Amino acid sequence: MALLGVSGSGKTTLLGLLAGLDVASSGQVFLDGTELGALDEDGRAALRAGRVGFVFQNFQLLPGLTALENVLLPLELAGTASPRATAQDWLARVGLAGRMAHHPRQLSGGEQQRVAIARAFAASPAILFADEPTGNLDQRTGAHIIELLFEINREQGTTLVMATHDEALAGRCDRRLHLEAGRLL
Amino acid sequence: MRASLASLRFAARQFRRDARAGELNLLTTALGIAVACVTAVGFFVDRVERGLEAQAATLLGADLVIQASHPLPETLSELARREGLRTARLVQFRSVAILDGRPQLVEVKAVGAGYPLRGRLEIADAPFAPGQATTSLPSPGEAWVAPRLLQAGVRPGGTIGLGAASFRITRVLAFEPDRGGDLFSIAPRVLIPLANLPASRLLGQGALAEYRLLLAGSPEDVARVRHRLAQHLAAGEKLLDVRESRPELRTALERAGRFLGLAALLSVLLAGVAVATAARRFATRHLDTAAILRAHGARTGFVVRGFALEMLGLAVLGGTLGILLGVLLQWGLAAILARLFLAELPPPSWQPAIGGYLTALILLLGFALPPLGALARVPPLRILRRDLPLRPVSRGLTFLSLLPSLGLLLWWQIRDAQLVLTVLGGTLATLGLLTGCALVLVRLLQPLRTRAGFAWRQGLAAIARRPSASVIQISAIGLAIMVILLLSVVRSELFEQWQHSLPPDAPNHFLINIQSDQLDDMRTFFAEHGLPEPRLYPMVRARLLRIGDRPVRAADYTSPRARHLATREFNLSWAGQPNPDNRIVAGRWWTAAEHGQPLLSLEAGIARTLGIALNDTLTFRINGREKTFTVTSLREVDWDSFRVNFFTVVPPGILETEPASWVTSVHLDTAQRSLVAELVARFPNVTVLDVAALMQRVRALLDRVALAMELLFLFTLLAAMLVLLSVIATQQDERRFENALLRSLGARRQRLLHARMAEHLVLGGLAGTLGGLAATFVAWILAVQIFHFPYAFSPTVTLIGLTLGIVVVTTAGLFAARRFLDEPPVATLRRPTLYR
Repeated sequence: MALLGVSGSGKTTLLGLLAGLDVASSGQVFLDGTELGALDEDGRAALRAGRVGFVFQNFQLLPGLTALENVLLPLELAGTASPRATAQDWLARVGLAGRMAHHPRQLSGGEQQRVAIARAFAASPAILFADEPTGNLDQRTGAHIIELLFEINREQGTTLVMATHDEALAGRCDRRLHLEAGRLL
Repeated sequence: MRASLASLRFAARQFRRDARAGELNLLTTALGIAVACVTAVGFFVDRVERGLEAQAATLLGADLVIQASHPLPETLSELARREGLRTARLVQFRSVAILDGRPQLVEVKAVGAGYPLRGRLEIADAPFAPGQATTSLPSPGEAWVAPRLLQAGVRPGGTIGLGAASFRITRVLAFEPDRGGDLFSIAPRVLIPLANLPASRLLGQGALAEYRLLLAGSPEDVARVRHRLAQHLAAGEKLLDVRESRPELRTALERAGRFLGLAALLSVLLAGVAVATAARRFATRHLDTAAILRAHGARTGFVVRGFALEMLGLAVLGGTLGILLGVLLQWGLAAILARLFLAELPPPSWQPAIGGYLTALILLLGFALPPLGALARVPPLRILRRDLPLRPVSRGLTFLSLLPSLGLLLWWQIRDAQLVLTVLGGTLATLGLLTGCALVLVRLLQPLRTRAGFAWRQGLAAIARRPSASVIQISAIGLAIMVILLLSVVRSELFEQWQHSLPPDAPNHFLINIQSDQLDDMRTFFAEHGLPEPRLYPMVRARLLRIGDRPVRAADYTSPRARHLATREFNLSWAGQPNPDNRIVAGRWWTAAEHGQPLLSLEAGIARTLGIALNDTLTFRINGREKTFTVTSLREVDWDSFRVNFFTVVPPGILETEPASWVTSVHLDTAQRSLVAELVARFPNVTVLDVAALMQRVRALLDRVALAMELLFLFTLLAAMLVLLSVIATQQDERRFENALLRSLGARRQRLLHARMAEHLVLGGLAGTLGGLAATFVAWILAVQIFHFPYAFSPTVTLIGLTLGIVVVTTAGLFAARRFLDEPPVATLRRPTLYR
């Protein structure tokens, strides 16, 4: 599913509410059958762990951790068995087998977003939120990343919710929602 | 003018806004702590100094005093009386009194009519009861004693045996004007009438006693007599007047002031690092403000003036808070230390407060101005191009700029360029060493990460990601822990170890003032009580007049020890053989054939201090006559053996005709201690010094000084915690982001808390271990190099350091982290990335 809209239309806000990263001032948000507003911050975090994945425009990797350690994070938080092997598999899958011990600052933008994709899928989430995943990449690298994202998404059968202002990219999604000034059109 | 006013308005607005936003909290606290330490010492020293000044005449008990180690001739007092001065005499010395059959070292003061000429004695009926001023003195056969002596259960009405006489205790001596503090008093005071002294037979020939003639009168008379008396003084007689009243107290105060001042500066240094770190953050966060001002036409001068004025406001705020805290802290110092100097102190004056504001200003100028310089250089284009690379405020430059300010503060405290350079060098070397070690430790952590779980890996990653910040934190906390450990655990441990290093049969009692005609009786006494035959050493008092042709004058020497040695009397002893614990390091010991020749063996340390070489001739005045000796050997003496030793020894056959007193040392076990009372009863003039009791007294004094230092060093620890907090504050944005991201990936609060705890546990553990190891290292150096005994390494110091480090850093770290833990993670979605 694609959330389309110009800058400031409310895409990121909606994404944040859907993922339980923020709380709605009115109305209800259900994630996996649970009303998010009824949970506290810890409850929402627990709900996300292992069920929700993220890909951010700015990659948002932890700078102090290596690529492998970044991918390990959601696996450990979800309590997955043998997280290290799983993380290594995922990094190999996104083509970074040889750069596992690198820190984010030693990786290119495209490579960082690959690490973010590996991190997003590693814990096999049911739903993946992506916020302008190619926004900080050049066109060619962006295209590669999108291919990778859709390919893995297909394989894993994950629900992908993607905020974007790119109509062509949105065109590849099954469903498109348009936002304008905070309202769905 | 208008520009200045505009800057002032801008600065005031900015100050209010920053203060409300909490931007100034760390800077103010750091300044406050630095100022508190400096002013506390300032207030305390100032109080004692003013006390000494105000009580100068009282502290002498007179306007003028002639002091000697021999009885003063009557001609001196006659001369003074003829000139219209009032006079009084006193003799003071240490002796062993018998109280309830038990021996007790006391300081006897035998006073003649008129004492004291200035100030009043205060007496009481019971120990520690409030004293009443009196002009009377103990009557013949009576003694007034210090409360300390009565703690053993003796009450007024009891008797005290002194030498051959015994005295009835009639009053408790609550206050003596000329006593000062207890810094120089080893034993409790007993005040007796001078007229009873001969009958007590306490003072034999060559006995160690101080004779004083007190003089008082109108200032003109005193000035005139002072001049005349100066011409009548014989060798060994010294004039003391109110200007140089109690020079030993002044010297002690000067040293204490320097010492405490240096301790305070350690806090200032760490607070300075916190100021520099916080100022760097302040500057970085105000780059946008500066850019907007520049873009709207503000000149560099306006920006610089605006922020400089804001800093000036901060200096006033931090200075004021620090001064108030300093006043509180000085009460603590005074409560612990004041009685060492004076019985009563005047209230604090406000003069040291000026020093407090100056400290705040110097700290800000030296430590905060360099980072703020970046604000003046910010390109106005930054408001259009957010990604414009900033010229970051160089950390190296920031810390390099600390040196001049630190040097200035040091010079202000100790006024000795050489010492300033030494201390500065020493501090930098210590910090450098600690930093180096911390860096190695941080590097060593890296491999652990692959094996650690979630929380530990997060913690270790946070430390490794910011190595320089981690190293600053570890070094600062490590330094503070090191000084605290040195003062508390290491000090008492060294003391115990030193005591254990003494052989169990090391002499623990010294017998002094034995007369020549008592030698056989003394040997018999030892034999009767199954003690080994004592080795008795003669000593003859002598004053060193010349080294070669050069007269010995205190003024010619700079070191206090040399000055002291130049004015004091030497005890010359004679011996056919050197003591077994003496080692000849230059020249040779005399042969039997050389006995009777004027040769002399000198202790090597004193030779160095006074600049005496082998084959130099030394001229002494002995019993009114001059005698010249040639130095034929230099000896190193093991003073720790507690055997009797002398700086100066001559061959037998030269001094035997001079008036001599004898000295020996003996080991008495617990069962034999009762012999002391018997010995004193049999030899009233002999003074028995119980080494254990003396050591206890010295230790009690050291404990008090150490307690005062610990109080100051607690602030050093606080300053170190501020360094930690200010570094954490500079990482606030990064940490907030980390937390939010982990939250969005599903981390609960507890896991975040564990990760933070792991980080601070490791940081604190490293800092504590480093501090503990450094303290152990210093202890080892002290033991082996300075005190010459083998140091037994124990892990206790490091373990205590480790615990202290963990507790301090975890507490401070979690305090700083508490705000981020509960923030909703939505911010992560909107943040630009942290690095490129």
